Amino acid sequence: MSAAGHLSTGKINLSLLRDFYRRELLESLDRCSGTKALVWDDALTGAFGLIAEYSLLKEHEVEKMFPLRSSGLPPSNVQNIIFVTRPKLSLMEQIAQNLLQEEQKGGFRKDYHIIFVPRRSLLCDKKLKEMGVYGTITNFEEFQLSLIPFDSDLLSMEMESSFRECYLENDFTSMHYAAQSLMTLQALYGIIPNICGKGDCAKHIVDMMLRMRRELGGREPQITPQIDNLLILDRNVDLLTPLLSQLTYEGLIDEMFGINNTSVKLPPEKFQTGNQQQEDPQGVSSEPKKVILNSLDELYADLRDKNFNAVGSIVSKKAKVITAEFDERHTAKTVSEMKQFVSKLPHLQQVRASLSTHTSIAELVKEATDTDEFMDSLRCQQEFINGVDTDKIHPYIEDCMGRQEPINKVLRLVCIQSFCNNGLKPKVLDHYKREIIQTYGYEHMVTLMNIEKAGLLRPHGNRSYPAIRKSMRLIVDDVNEQNPHDIAYVYSGFAPLSARLVQYYARPGWRSITEVLNLLPGPTVEEIQQIPVALRKRRSSIGSTHSSTGEQKVTLVFFLGGVTYAEIAALRFLAQQDDGGTDYLIATTKVISGTSFLKSIAEELSAVKMNPF
Amino acid sequence: MATADWNPLGDVYFKKNELYAMGWSDMIDLDKFTVAAAPYGGPIALYRDDSKTARVQVSTKPIITVFTAAGNQISQMRWSSGQVVKMGWSNTEDLLCVQDDGMVLSYDMFLNFKRMFGMGQEAKDVKVLDCEIFNSFQGTGIAVLTSTYRIFIINSVDDPRIRRLAEVPGLQSAPSSWAVLNLDRQSRALVAKGNELFLIDHGGQYQNQTPQTNTEVKEYIKMALSFNNKFLALYTDSGVILICSSDLQKVYCEFNTKTEACPHQLMWCGIGAVVAMWGTLMVVVGPQKDWIRYNFESPAHLVQEMDGTRIISNYQHEFLHKVPEVTEHIFKIGSMEPGAMLYEASREFHKGSQKADEYIRMIKDKLEVAVNQCIKAAGFEIETDKQKALLRAATFGKCFLTDYSPETFVNMCQMLRVINQVRHHKIGIPITYTQLEHLSMAVMIDRLVLRKMFHLAIKLCQYLKIPDQEGASRILAHWACYKVKQKNEDDETIARAVAQKLGDTPGVSYCDIASQALECGRTDLAIRLLDFEPRAAQQVPLLMKMSKDQLALSKAIESGDTDLVYTVLLKLKNDMKDGDFFMAIRNMPIAYSLFIQYCRHQNPQMMEDLYYQEDNFVEEANCKVVKSFDDERLEDRCETLKQAMNCYARAKNEFAVKQTDDQIKLLKYQRRMEEEFNRPYMDLSLHQTIYRLIVENSHKPAEQLRKEFKVPERRYWWLRMHALGEAGEWAELERFSKSKKPPVGLEAFVEVCSKHKNVAEAMKYIARVQQDQKVKCLLKIGQKKSAAEAAFENHSEEELNLVLQKCGAADKQLVENIRAMKQQLGGRR
Repeated sequence: MSAAGHLSTGKINLSLLRDFYRRELLESLDRCSGTKALVWDDALTGAFGLIAEYSLLKEHEVEKMFPLRSSGLPPSNVQNIIFVTRPKLSLMEQIAQNLLQEEQKGGFRKDYHIIFVPRRSLLCDKKLKEMGVYGTITNFEEFQLSLIPFDSDLLSMEMESSFRECYLENDFTSMHYAAQSLMTLQALYGIIPNICGKGDCAKHIVDMMLRMRRELGGREPQITPQIDNLLILDRNVDLLTPLLSQLTYEGLIDEMFGINNTSVKLPPEKFQTGNQQQEDPQGVSSEPKKVILNSLDELYADLRDKNFNAVGSIVSKKAKVITAEFDERHTAKTVSEMKQFVSKLPHLQQVRASLSTHTSIAELVKEATDTDEFMDSLRCQQEFINGVDTDKIHPYIEDCMGRQEPINKVLRLVCIQSFCNNGLKPKVLDHYKREIIQTYGYEHMVTLMNIEKAGLLRPHGNRSYPAIRKSMRLIVDDVNEQNPHDIAYVYSGFAPLSARLVQYYARPGWRSITEVLNLLPGPTVEEIQQIPVALRKRRSSIGSTHSSTGEQKVTLVFFLGGVTYAEIAALRFLAQQDDGGTDYLIATTKVISGTSFLKSIAEELSAVKMNPF
Repeated sequence: MATADWNPLGDVYFKKNELYAMGWSDMIDLDKFTVAAAPYGGPIALYRDDSKTARVQVSTKPIITVFTAAGNQISQMRWSSGQVVKMGWSNTEDLLCVQDDGMVLSYDMFLNFKRMFGMGQEAKDVKVLDCEIFNSFQGTGIAVLTSTYRIFIINSVDDPRIRRLAEVPGLQSAPSSWAVLNLDRQSRALVAKGNELFLIDHGGQYQNQTPQTNTEVKEYIKMALSFNNKFLALYTDSGVILICSSDLQKVYCEFNTKTEACPHQLMWCGIGAVVAMWGTLMVVVGPQKDWIRYNFESPAHLVQEMDGTRIISNYQHEFLHKVPEVTEHIFKIGSMEPGAMLYEASREFHKGSQKADEYIRMIKDKLEVAVNQCIKAAGFEIETDKQKALLRAATFGKCFLTDYSPETFVNMCQMLRVINQVRHHKIGIPITYTQLEHLSMAVMIDRLVLRKMFHLAIKLCQYLKIPDQEGASRILAHWACYKVKQKNEDDETIARAVAQKLGDTPGVSYCDIASQALECGRTDLAIRLLDFEPRAAQQVPLLMKMSKDQLALSKAIESGDTDLVYTVLLKLKNDMKDGDFFMAIRNMPIAYSLFIQYCRHQNPQMMEDLYYQEDNFVEEANCKVVKSFDDERLEDRCETLKQAMNCYARAKNEFAVKQTDDQIKLLKYQRRMEEEFNRPYMDLSLHQTIYRLIVENSHKPAEQLRKEFKVPERRYWWLRMHALGEAGEWAELERFSKSKKPPVGLEAFVEVCSKHKNVAEAMKYIARVQQDQKVKCLLKIGQKKSAAEAAFENHSEEELNLVLQKCGAADKQLVENIRAMKQQLGGRR
């Protein structure tokens, strides 16, 4: 399958997982015979696009696809209507409305089915019963799609509200899903012998995993473990990192345009080439340009994890190489030389297309990073993480509010300051909060409460940040952005704590940083899962992470509550280090940026129109 | 002599072995009983109805007794239901009793009632004449012939779906004989009407199929199907046995017995011969009209097996079967087969005779064949001595072979070990090697479990190295289910015994055991057992079934499966009064917050009430704040906010109190100003309100709001600057800039001008800006050239670079100039 070729290039072949999902999905579909129309919960379309393409669904008699809307279904003459949905009550309401409307319309009799992703829930059943449509549905299916393979080393569950549910609402449903998804992984890639984790949710998941394994009662697949370690990190162990502006190429694209399920929609203006304009007489098309970002694109695989300051030089170097290769056609004299050139042509053209795309994207990003707003904000962040002026009301934050810049930017800066100062003095904190409410309105009251509850903003407390910063070497002064020596390059001088924890886990081990771990919230868990002797890997040296045979260990790092592209870049950087000895597979509940992260915590409130009488 | 008991039948031999001396000897006279014996060496059920045989009318009820094949009694009961037409055994060794009203009752071999079902209304109304219990492709089937001469059939007693077969045309009296024929995954009946045979199916079709015979036939009075349903034996009124294929296309043999009496039993012995039984006389008829005759001391009962016939009599249990070809090869007198030679060699060897060598030499190149023959023949032997002798010969032969795979030999030894073990008269399953291979070892183990021979079953599994999940733990689970039914032991002892035996054995479902206990009405035991169940998804529903809701709830919480928690929570909420419910869950934080989560989406008011009950004032206030945004009338909204404010006050959150108070004030101001200026201000923030007022040139109320809400100086400057900029009040802006030293710096003014693209105004401020900020400001309004000059004036290479960065392709000239300037600066240094 060429569309998923990039998944099998990693140490762990993730196309296995994708195939597993495809099989499950098709089995679910095949269980209802006849022509089908799928009605999609919007949040699932992107993820499913990565699992099964439309042509495949078509082979299984899927004739139509509709988005789920409360306004009802467009007319169709299929035999089956299948709703593909998450188990959310609001979605059940929409489905029920659809069904009731269909019933009123009458006409051609159809069968209705629901496929729940990843699990059917009792509450949904109850809701459907309350709405009086439970009996209308012929069949309920479950499709356990949880960890979606994004790339050869990246899996995401795409549950944006996971952090909020766990830390604000004490609802650990998503953790149960996560534990189940880990069981799926273990079923495909073998039991993971070593488990380690930090944070309350990590503990919760480890407990559930061990329990689920017990529940399996020995009926587990007999596979030699392919993954050696599982490291689970709670987002609240390192809340600072996602708030900072990411400075890698991929990170910046995500911050500015939002990457969803590995694709991004960009303003189209930059992508109009001369040719296109001629072909398209209407001139500039207004449809946003959709670009798929994954390692299938060689150039992107090269660029994504680089500090943005290094991107320009790589692109231009690459451009020169390509031009040179194209120029070979002039030097090609003999027929065989021509033939050789022609055989390279498709690849060259592909690279050239990708070059032009990324030149345009880089220009877009550069426009944004060159603005004063971006530079000033970055400067302010750098001051904070270095511990400069963190205890006072910062004039730049005040100015941002004065200029009515987006509230998210202000919240991010205030939260960063709070972290770097180990919490803010009550006077400072109250001032900020008051200013935010006066500037952006009272509707942010609950959001502020939520942010405080999540621990992003807090009154003065333990002085742990300087200690952590020092012992974990979070600040690295001499970063080389072009040829980095340390993960700190992803934030131009700041090493994400999360990535540092992963680095220390591989070497020299967490025992050496017990003091730091004690400063971080939540318990540290360590478990060893026993594996039948016959299935154990044979190793020449036992007990050392760095085996003398040069064989790399694979560590699955699971970020609960989200991970940023910059952190991913840092882990990829670690994996590439010669002395690393560890390959990383990254899993998360959601790939986040500071903005999307804060948005998931915020309480969206808007007033109804006031009755003037 | 090994061949002494062989009886020739044409060119093959038949042999009769004694299996057991019956344990019931002297106590049972088979003549007085109806006998039903299960195939594969299964149990024997005897039914004695004294009311029929007794000379005086007695009111005693019939008795059913179940014995093992060795004649040891397993169980007995008095039959208290209706008239039994037929007894038989299902393939899971359940005793099936078919009554004349078509009811089928099934019992296990301990005569514990399992279940019952009927054969349809018609059978019930008109009574059943005859019944046939047969092996179908789906398990065990039952066919009944009603007094209206219709046949109803079910293919599986586990899933009784009644089908009516087609009617035989013109059938006026009961058919002289009939049988159920099972071919091509379909059950049909073969019915004899006079000299005609009809094959009827449930699709309403019938076929008239009459075999071509030489003798004249008036009636077929008995018929028998072979085990594999391929051959049929018919007995005619004139005493002729017809042997033909079951589709009646081929007649193999017509044998005249010269008796007109109908045999009591007619059946197949394997597929090689037909056996007919008249009282104490038994005749074996081969396909070539050869025959053997046996006489018995007392009447005997025949049981058809796939590879022979078992003969059960008052004193003995015998097995009649064809001598297998391989056995014949080895033991037949004068046989020169390699197997025979090897057997002789082995005997001589053990005698210490050198002849052994001679024999071996004779078959040197056929030794492998010889070994295989001996192994195979051992499997067919019933006596252990002969098995041993043959196996010994095989090992002896193996010594001379270099690359012989031991697998066949080992497997045979294992199989024989198992077979001999279960054949022991205490167990009483006289199964043969062929039957066991057909039945499979797994079923054999199941049958031991059915007989409650758990220990033997487990030993067997261990001996055969069957993985625990499929073997030992499954048996243990069965044992536990049986154990919990023992009423004479108390809960504690049983729970402990079960837990001790089963421990953490993988693959045991404690839940199944617990539900078994629950069925017996032992709730406490069930709860104890459930405690061992690791799978919460199984455990919780059962606990709820026992109304142990609190326990179910805590187990659900432990599992982390929120859906399970909801399952229990919603049931609790249904069953309890609200108040009690809230009290019940308040001590379980996870359940409590999940319920709140449910309310958040379904019933916000209840969430608020819960917070109120918990004295969680901040959350209660937050609920009210959220709610206030849905109030359409200002008064309502202010009222809700006031309530929220009170809650905040109770939570001692002064900041929130102040902000809420301010918000109420602001809303009132906004309403007042809306009325005054007839412009919308509602739902703007304070900042935006003041901004709008300034843009709209209402400076006085703006000033008033600023004072009232104490807007800080710095932000106010920003606000006013931007507002004036938007309004285009450049003069006012300039006046403002001069009113006092701007806290935000003059650069901000440049910024505002640049935002509204007023370069001229911007220049005014740039003139006043400090020297070191000038370049930046000039760049802001796009004055690159001036910026470059200013930077040059400042002697700052850094600033020049900054300008250079902003230069695009259109600024070629400028870039060159800057380069020149940089050089100049560099030169000076």
